[in-house]
Amino acid sequence: MMKPTDGTIVLDGRMVPIGDHVNLLDLIRAGGIDLPTFCYHSDLSVYGACRLCIVEVEGRGIVTSCTTRPEPGMVVSTRSARLRDIRKLTAELLLANHDMSCPTCTRAGSCQLRRLAERLGIDRIRFRQRQERLPLDQSSISLIRDPNKCVLCGDCVRICREVQGIGVLDFANRGSKVQVTPAFGQGLGEVECVHCGQCASVCPTGALAVRSQVNEVWAAIHDPERIVVAQVAPAVRVGVGEAFGLPPGESHIGQTVAALRAMGFDRVYDTGFGADLTVLEEGTEFVRRYRARKDLPLFTSCCPAWVKLVEQWYPQLLNNLSTCRSPQQALGRLIKRELPREMGVAPEKIFMVSIMPCTAKKFEARRSEMVTDGRPDVDAVITVPELVQMIAESGLDFAGLEPDRMDLPYGFKTGAGVLFGTTGGVTEAVLRYAAEVMAKPLGRPPAFHKVRGMERLREAEVELGDDKLRLAVVHGLAAAQQLVEDVLAGKREYDLVEVMACPGGCVGGAGQPPARTPSVREARQASIYQTDTMLQMRNSQDNPYLQRVYADTLGEPGSPAAHELLHTHYHPRRRTGAVEVEISGGADPSHRVVRVEVCVGTNCHLRGSHDLLHRLIDHVNERGWGHLVDITATFCNEVCERGPAVRIDDELHEKCTLEMVLDRVEGAIGAEEAPVATSR
Amino acid sequence: MGCACIDARSTQTRQFLKVNEILQRFDRNPRRLIAILQAVQDEYRYLPEPVLNYLATSLGIPRARVYGVVTFYAHFSLQPKGKYIIRICDGTACHVNNSQALLDLVRDKLGIDEEKPTSEDMLFTLERVSCIGACGLAPVAVVADRVYGQLGVQKLGEVLEEMVRAEKERRT
Repeated sequence: MMKPTDGTIVLDGRMVPIGDHVNLLDLIRAGGIDLPTFCYHSDLSVYGACRLCIVEVEGRGIVTSCTTRPEPGMVVSTRSARLRDIRKLTAELLLANHDMSCPTCTRAGSCQLRRLAERLGIDRIRFRQRQERLPLDQSSISLIRDPNKCVLCGDCVRICREVQGIGVLDFANRGSKVQVTPAFGQGLGEVECVHCGQCASVCPTGALAVRSQVNEVWAAIHDPERIVVAQVAPAVRVGVGEAFGLPPGESHIGQTVAALRAMGFDRVYDTGFGADLTVLEEGTEFVRRYRARKDLPLFTSCCPAWVKLVEQWYPQLLNNLSTCRSPQQALGRLIKRELPREMGVAPEKIFMVSIMPCTAKKFEARRSEMVTDGRPDVDAVITVPELVQMIAESGLDFAGLEPDRMDLPYGFKTGAGVLFGTTGGVTEAVLRYAAEVMAKPLGRPPAFHKVRGMERLREAEVELGDDKLRLAVVHGLAAAQQLVEDVLAGKREYDLVEVMACPGGCVGGAGQPPARTPSVREARQASIYQTDTMLQMRNSQDNPYLQRVYADTLGEPGSPAAHELLHTHYHPRRRTGAVEVEISGGADPSHRVVRVEVCVGTNCHLRGSHDLLHRLIDHVNERGWGHLVDITATFCNEVCERGPAVRIDDELHEKCTLEMVLDRVEGAIGAEEAPVATSR
Repeated sequence: MGCACIDARSTQTRQFLKVNEILQRFDRNPRRLIAILQAVQDEYRYLPEPVLNYLATSLGIPRARVYGVVTFYAHFSLQPKGKYIIRICDGTACHVNNSQALLDLVRDKLGIDEEKPTSEDMLFTLERVSCIGACGLAPVAVVADRVYGQLGVQKLGEVLEEMVRAEKERRT
């Protein structure tokens, strides 16, 4: 009999050193045994809900390994008749609660539940299926929620709360009625969801899935009148191969282009060209702001999930967001303007498809600001799994395709453009441009490696000539919110802050094949850096086709023409549909009543709207206006930066004081009451 | 025209001011969510959705979390409840002592059912509860916070009639 020594456990009869593992599950997996799990993610808190990682510990019986701390001398067994029975039973119970519509499920290929059933050899389910079918939530432009497929692992709840700091989803009800849902059973498209899609990325089944736009794309391809143009985002090339069983991180841009052409795309361009445009515009904007010391820090705005978060929670920072369009939208706009001229076709013939590692890009493309002359700048956005499905549907052997190159001019990108695919990449790309503007011209680009890496928040100081720039790079929206709070509280000061919503940036986007471990994201990131190194041109400003666009039509970066084409604007956005709290329903119906709606949303609240509301009620009482005024508390009139906002009848008043509101109310009453007033 | 105070006319105003008072009383501490919800429900007799949105915003917690807590506990209600709550115990001891007859009686008398547990006039809400810890007195009901043990159909009918009569008198 082996004797366990300090710092080791006995795992299935072998001695295994504990090392720095904090839970038994990690240690067992490091020991080469892949216990199944649904609810365990190294990025998230430990939950212990799925009961699949059970093991037997001598003296303790059966425990979940994810919630058990390894202790020296522990004797652990991962296999026994009992464990096998319990695991199979658990899997059967999960399956009995699942609608098993596998053939029509978009996640069938990457479904963990299906894989589990296969692994455990489940050949029958001894329990009756749940009868009641719950409705699908199709309210979101980017995601579809199917509660019938949910196994209640809570991964989506935790990633939204812990990694993104939002908490759109949570458990509701209890017992057999438990559901994961947004507040009040609302749809994902009606609440504060920022469309990052990380919930779908961690979902082990198809309960949260990406809304497919493949049909729209095929329809355009099969329409002989249409010219279908693809733009491929930088991070797509390092993710797509995984879906075909190729090693994580390998770049397969050549095969991707070949597949797109084979499927009938008329032009294939690189979103990296759009990124180069963004670099020049955002870089110019940054240098101007930096020199004027105005609206700093400059926050990047390439990530639409981050932009929506700012619009909903931090309207006071809207002026700090770069006004520059994201690469997707910059390129979409440019191509829709230039290509019809170049090809001599009507603009409405062009159908722009972007292939993105991102679900929020679907939302971005539908923003009202992203429509020119009634036509969207980008017509459809598909994610990597959607592209993969199209390739599979076409019967193409992806790995065996003869690699092809992108079309000129918009298929030409620099290393800086490709860097946009990873956290830290936008900063590095902008620095390469700013360095040339602010300091001496560059030969080989200096490596701004300080901003590279995978830590959630990375800070760096970079000297350019006489200036010392203070930079921050952050990914994951919880970390971003923490940073914003610190900036607003004056605890941190920066000149430039890059924010990407997804872990690792776009390489970890929810439009990629699901990355089950951080190492997958790291491999993709490494590949992005390698692509940058291999490209002959690494600075956006050196891109000759980009230079031509400026020479021919835009003039200088930051010019009025460039602003018109490549910049946008943002607006405060309420987090949920309009809701009101009726306060004084006592108005007399025989009078015309003045309706007063005081905003009590977060920003107006911070600007004193609660106090205003209280004093307003007091004054209305004192003056005996109770029968003439209807007071309501509302949430968000979307003018947050000019709060407190009060709507009196149909007119919205900003920056309100009590005196102002009383004056206006008195005016409104006076207009109605004048003839009656004498009778008092 | 008499006094045109909002206060005198509208319970809504009073309730809203009360919500703010409650938030203040609990220091806007998100960890006191359940206590806050209880206090707010005492005020409104249920938890209106806009008020919950308001609480979530004020406490800085996700709306979905507040919704989760509210739907977890049977005590909380998203539907308006009647002025008086009738809780009939249907735990094992009461069940075998024919609590079903009590449930049937109340439903019959008030014209309500499981789907719609509140009477038309908003006076009563019926709740079937699972054990209130008075099994020795089975069957048990709690009507308007008063416990009735060894309760028969006839007695319960009388209690209800008495309440309805008292309420009518109050109104006239």
